[in-house]
Amino acid sequence: MSYQQVKFYQTGTLTVGNRLLDEQQRTVQATLDRSNSLDSGHRACQGCGEALGARYAIDAAMRAADNQLVATNATGCLEVFTTPYPESAWRIPWIHSLFGNAAAVATGVAAALKVKGREGIRVIAQGGDGGTTDIGFGCLSGMFERNDDVLYICYDNQAYMNTGVQRSSATPGAARTATTQPLGPQPGAEFGKGKNVPLIAMAHMIPYVATASVHDLHDLEAKVTRAMLLHGARYIQVFVPCPLGWGARPADTMKIARLAVESGLYPLFEAEHGEIVNVTRLRHRADVEEYLTLQRRFAHVFKHPEQLQHIRAIADQNIRKFGLLDAQEGVAR
Amino acid sequence: MKTPFAITLDVGSSLLNKTGSWRTERPVYVDRLPPCNNACPAGENIQQWLFHAEEGDYEQAWREIMRNNPMPAIMGRACYHPCESSCNRAQLDQAVNIHAVERFLGDQALRHGWQVEVSAQSSGKRVLVIGAGPSGLSAAYHLALAGHDVVIHEAGPLPGGMMRFGIPKYRLPRDVVDGEIQRIVDLGVTLRLNTKVEDIPATMQDEGYDACFVAIGAHVAKRVDIPTPDASRILDAVSVLRDMETESEPPMLGRRVVVYGGGNTAVDVARTAKRLGAAEAVIVYRRTRDQMPAHDFEMDDAMEEGVVVNWLRTITSMDDTGFTIEKMELDEDGWPQPTGEFETIEADTLVMALGQNVDTSILENLPGASVKKDGVVEVGSDMMTGHPGIFAGGDMVPSERTVTVAAGHGKKAARHIDAYLRGGKYTPAPKHELADHGLLNTWYYTDAEQTVQPLLDDIRRQTTFEEVTGGLDESNALYEARRCLSCGNCFECDNCYGVCPDNSITKLGPGKRFEFKYDYCKGCGLCAAECPCGAIKMVPEEI
Ligand SMILES: Cc1cc2nc3c(=O)[nH]c(=O)nc-3n(C[C@H](O)[C@H](O)[C@H](O)COP(=O)(O)OP(=O)(O)OC[C@H]3O[C@@H](n4cnc5c(N)ncnc54)[C@H](O)[C@@H]3O)c2cc1C
Ligand SMILES: Cc1ncc(C[n+]2csc(CCOP(=O)(O)OP(=O)(O)O)c2C)c(N)n1
Ligand code: SF4
Ligand SMILES: [Mg+2]
Repeated sequence: MSYQQVKFYQTGTLTVGNRLLDEQQRTVQATLDRSNSLDSGHRACQGCGEALGARYAIDAAMRAADNQLVATNATGCLEVFTTPYPESAWRIPWIHSLFGNAAAVATGVAAALKVKGREGIRVIAQGGDGGTTDIGFGCLSGMFERNDDVLYICYDNQAYMNTGVQRSSATPGAARTATTQPLGPQPGAEFGKGKNVPLIAMAHMIPYVATASVHDLHDLEAKVTRAMLLHGARYIQVFVPCPLGWGARPADTMKIARLAVESGLYPLFEAEHGEIVNVTRLRHRADVEEYLTLQRRFAHVFKHPEQLQHIRAIADQNIRKFGLLDAQEGVAR
Repeated sequence: MKTPFAITLDVGSSLLNKTGSWRTERPVYVDRLPPCNNACPAGENIQQWLFHAEEGDYEQAWREIMRNNPMPAIMGRACYHPCESSCNRAQLDQAVNIHAVERFLGDQALRHGWQVEVSAQSSGKRVLVIGAGPSGLSAAYHLALAGHDVVIHEAGPLPGGMMRFGIPKYRLPRDVVDGEIQRIVDLGVTLRLNTKVEDIPATMQDEGYDACFVAIGAHVAKRVDIPTPDASRILDAVSVLRDMETESEPPMLGRRVVVYGGGNTAVDVARTAKRLGAAEAVIVYRRTRDQMPAHDFEMDDAMEEGVVVNWLRTITSMDDTGFTIEKMELDEDGWPQPTGEFETIEADTLVMALGQNVDTSILENLPGASVKKDGVVEVGSDMMTGHPGIFAGGDMVPSERTVTVAAGHGKKAARHIDAYLRGGKYTPAPKHELADHGLLNTWYYTDAEQTVQPLLDDIRRQTTFEEVTGGLDESNALYEARRCLSCGNCFECDNCYGVCPDNSITKLGPGKRFEFKYDYCKGCGLCAAECPCGAIKMVPEEI
């Protein structure tokens, strides 16, 4: 745990702020002077998890870097909805290049800053899961391998949303996308395919890898802050529900993210130099069904018990593998 | 316009794009009525005083209680806390231990000598209050705060009514009663003891009162006829409990005491008998435990102290050694019916605890006033009797008989009397919509079990009149206050400010809450969904 969890005081550290906590125990988002790096007026859908995750992460990074920050951005919703030329919702130095090369461009920015002796300025690369796990994967792996001084943040909404919800290698089994239509016993996205990029990043033995979720702000900010304290290649993958692509109510974004984590489907952990140093224990274990029913992309699994069973088995495996429960069932550490 | 190569437009901010036009629903901040406040017979703003207590500002918390109820230390002990029965937290783990925090605050005030001050200008009006029970005292307090000259006429030798002559001191220590009454007197209220009012209009005329609040309680014990050779062995509960306070020697109840009745008074007498040395204290009740009006927690306390209960029994006669009792059985409608089977129990005394009637004699000749068939006095929604300027409340009017209801009546009557004296009419503020449990997002509340108050050890409970239930200390009172969910009212957790993907909420700073930027709010509803306490409502836009 990178931050001191507070379990009492009405809402403890579960809410964004809490007047009963010391200022330092509240989040960056709770402050009056947060940078609002991603400002109002952007064109993301109602309830977009990615817009929220990006503001959370970049505001925390801005705070940690004393506002000395440059971000590169892969093509994808985050780039398109924030920056319809000539308008931009970004209030930081920000550069968009291509769909697949955000990591490489960031490497270049970091190198240039180094040459100019301006290493105090920190570099972030960001992109969607498609831009990260598929087309940008080569550039990303290279950036890791060279241990370039870049924090790469992947906003994982589990498909290519900006072009109309096509499957990516981060799409979970049984999810319906435009390219994985469920048909009879065919579950939509096939089980057992895709990649787990956080684990692959760990295999590069880079200084820092973490997964985070948009619903757990204290945890997310702590991870970004931790990453910013370190140098070299760092990777954070943030779970960000997409109401449009997942067929969910915009108001359910947080709830869905919470249930993904609490059901064990999206384990949250931190790793340093290839070794897991912290996992977020489940607070109130949820059943996968609770998570799935809120999303039309999984509607068909309720007609196919074996698909539901398969998803439940994945959650159970995560819980075992990452040790997401305490000795006591379902109780947070 | 000079732009770099291949650039044709100046860079602009997305703030030019007013995404508020997308909205079909708009979030609005609301204040809802917390269930605890809704249930409080004295109309306390419980959530608000807990809010101050959460920050450790106990004096402010106490002052908030005092706006509605002048006796927090008494209420924190004697009140049956309907607030807790409706507390939303009960659906999460256990209710907030509201009465324990109230008691803590009341005790703090007594310890530190916190006082309230009359800031209103003197109205020049005089009000007569008859009876110094909780209802009369509460009315006197609120009337004094409103600037009126208040005189209480109390028939008894000491003030407090049933708080002193009913509720035993092991539940309500007398220094607490004295302390809280003294604070009311210190506001400038005149208290005349041993002064029974016989004729209200005459007393008002003689001493020049402009209005009167009657709160004489219900003190006449109900009895049933039981054939007996020795009537001196049949007592009634209210006189036994009263003698405990007024006589130098405690009443002689003997070794084996039978109490007849199923209410809280029966329980109090049985527990008192135990403490006076009775080897056996048996409650005989006609119906079943479920049907007993006594509260479960009081029954539990009594049974822990060795009180025994015989359910489904009536007493038919008494002889030299004891009673004949008949077994009862419930009929289909749940009414007890005799079975013809009899038993005997040995006993020295029988104490009847069958309820009390109001001594309505002083109202019977009062023009306009009407006494209902069951012996209670009718009042309007403004607590006024049929006689203009004479108001009534507490046990003597139709309602539940508790100290808190009595105190609530006193407050309500005081508000109406004040308006009456100023030639106006008091209209209470309309109530907010109720903050139901379903409106909360309980994920955000930490897992925190209720604090249990310490209990006196068993031996001392059976032999002394020391207070049975202990109070909270500072740290657990603070913890307990912080268990409050703040149902229906913003407590500035910053969740809305944080979860808006469109950064369309302005935080106004501590104590000032938040504001929506409707220019940008897309109406996604995340703020409302993630507000822990249900203080944001989505309302359709007119399109
Ligand atoms: C044994 C017992 C235990 C109880 N326990 C609880 C409890 O734990 N919690 C709870 O909420 N409630 C309890 N109650 C009920 C509660 O005490 C009463 O509902 C409450 O005291 C009623 O307040 P009141 O002001 O209407 O009347 P009272 O408290 O009865 O006060 C009326 C006062 O008027 C005086 N008076 C009467 N006639 C005249 C007159 N003509 N002139 C001048 N003065 C007069 C009386 O002497 C008395 O002091 C209990 C009652 C009893 C009997
Ligand atoms: C080389 C290339 N191929 C395809 C595209 C079209 N394209 C733009 S965004 C996008 C999908 C982005 O998906 P993801 O990276 O997951 O981001 P999201 O929109 O889901 O946030 C695609 C396929 C492109 N811009 N460039
Ligand atoms: S499609 Fe999904 S990711 Fe893209 S803006 Fe809409 S909600 Fe956000
Ligand atoms: Mg995506």
